[in-house]
Amino acid sequence: MIRQCFKMAIRSITANKLRAFLTMLGIIIGVIALVVLVSLTDSASGVVQDKLESLGTNMLSVTVSDDKGRPVKPDDLCNLMNENMIGLAAPIAQSFGTIKSGHNEKNAILYGTTAAYLDIQNLELQDGRFLKTADINNNLYVAVLGADAAEKLYGKVGDAVGQSLLIDGRTFTVVGVLAESNSMMTGMMSVMTGGAITAFIPYTVQCRMNGMASNIKNFYVTASDPSLLDKAEARLNDILMSRFRQDTDAFSITNISSLLKVMDTITSIFNILLGGIAGISLLVGGIGIMNIMLVSVSERTREIGIRKAIGAGQFSILMQFLLEALILSVMGCIIGVILSWGILNLINLFASKYITFHLSASVVGLTAVIVIFIGVVFGLYPARKAARMNPIDALRYEG
Amino acid sequence: MITLKEVSKIYKIGGEEIRALDGASLHIEAHEFVSIIGPSGSGKSTLMNIMGCLDTPTSGEYILDGQLIGNYTQKELAKIRNKKIGFIFQGFNLLSRMTAEENVELPLIYQRLSVSERQKRVDEALDMVGLSSRRLHRPTELSGGQQQRVAVARALATRPSILLADEPTGNLDQKTGTEIMKLFHDLHKAGNTIVLITHDEGISLQAERRIRILDGHVEEVAAS
Repeated sequence: MIRQCFKMAIRSITANKLRAFLTMLGIIIGVIALVVLVSLTDSASGVVQDKLESLGTNMLSVTVSDDKGRPVKPDDLCNLMNENMIGLAAPIAQSFGTIKSGHNEKNAILYGTTAAYLDIQNLELQDGRFLKTADINNNLYVAVLGADAAEKLYGKVGDAVGQSLLIDGRTFTVVGVLAESNSMMTGMMSVMTGGAITAFIPYTVQCRMNGMASNIKNFYVTASDPSLLDKAEARLNDILMSRFRQDTDAFSITNISSLLKVMDTITSIFNILLGGIAGISLLVGGIGIMNIMLVSVSERTREIGIRKAIGAGQFSILMQFLLEALILSVMGCIIGVILSWGILNLINLFASKYITFHLSASVVGLTAVIVIFIGVVFGLYPARKAARMNPIDALRYEG
Repeated sequence: MITLKEVSKIYKIGGEEIRALDGASLHIEAHEFVSIIGPSGSGKSTLMNIMGCLDTPTSGEYILDGQLIGNYTQKELAKIRNKKIGFIFQGFNLLSRMTAEENVELPLIYQRLSVSERQKRVDEALDMVGLSSRRLHRPTELSGGQQQRVAVARALATRPSILLADEPTGNLDQKTGTEIMKLFHDLHKAGNTIVLITHDEGISLQAERRIRILDGHVEEVAAS
């Protein structure tokens, strides 16, 4: 019986294709709004999430704003590494300068740090070695170049190690080249500085070049195990609190994984907000279906009367009209999802350099459920109206 | 086959009671060909609605095929109509989007018969009204007479206890009307019970038995 009702519903939809399409349009637009918007935020937040994770989820970033006369020294970081739960610690200082190799001169961002930085930031070497503790202790003029720097200065990465170059007029020996990194930090820095190249030099050397004492303003710390990061943060906080006389304003600790959690919350709120707005357009689409179904029922009053006279029960009539509403909404949903897929791919044509948008499977599933729900809810009233018609009046109806 | 005992139907329109049927009693045997004749407003339609199980009487008893049609729900009435009544209307009442064949098949679908059984019954019914060659035409592609034949085939397909024809020739010209009446005679000979409702004396005379209805009362018309 259901199969027959289904056939009847299909038949009456195909009998008036334009109207069926216009009815579906409301659902199609609603589905596109929901699927595209949520897929966009989903993909975008996924990318940001990945970038943040590439910075290292096992990482605390410390900024000292007021040293209270007791500045953090490189030795303090060495002591810190012996603390319980704390893994590695490395200072980081940034300055801008120029790197000159032969007649080739480039603007550069110089990072002064120590050996531990490599592991803290999950960086990889392409050639040579990273800075060693001995370089730092002995104030050696050695430099590790970023992949971009090696390429811009020497054309080929392999040629860089062992070369001498001038950094702000001082002669350095290149000891290593980092692998290409997709870290957002370096990418962002490169964009902001107009394509400046990067180089890492011993922390002590950088301080000396800038004529500063080796007071550490910024440093990174990892936990001995990623699962202990929260405990390591608490421990670090205790140590710094006692050092800076319980002044919480003297320093700040940033936890990347807590940043990730905040990001997560923000995306969820965004999704709910956008989904809610798009959901309203789906609701409007559902009302459109109900409207057309009501028109259809009154137009076909006589047909309903005939069907009832020859023995159609209320259930058959109900199913016929309910299925019609349901088919309209489900077809609208399918068309909407296909169009959403097309739209996302179109956006990808232009944006694929930076980000790839994917159709979010969960939002498609959720949309399908909502659409079916809407089809049933808004189809039920017209269908009941049809099913409950008095056959005598319906037969006499002159439409 | 059909027994009405003191059947009354009272409508209330604007607080005023209208007795469309007033204690009507009649009995129709199986294989009879009966015409019910009466002018418009005589209660003809009400009688047909009750006999066709589209409506139930306010008081009195209606027994169809040994079954008392009492306080049935719409669902049960639909089932009885489907199984026992074959309706033939003045305006044919075919579904315009369906072919002749599909129109005839429709009541069988509501009977939930198998595809093969439906096919068999449709063939049989269309054959009986002589429209097998037109089975794939839609109503708009058929003449009035042919449309009425399709309607008759649809009524026959369920092998009903009675064929209930309401002014079946009302929308047809003289010649076609005569053809349809001949079809009814053939069906009667084949053993069908036919109740024909009309206001046309000439048409009613063709039945073997005539019942007149006037102001909600029924009376037998003596055979002339």
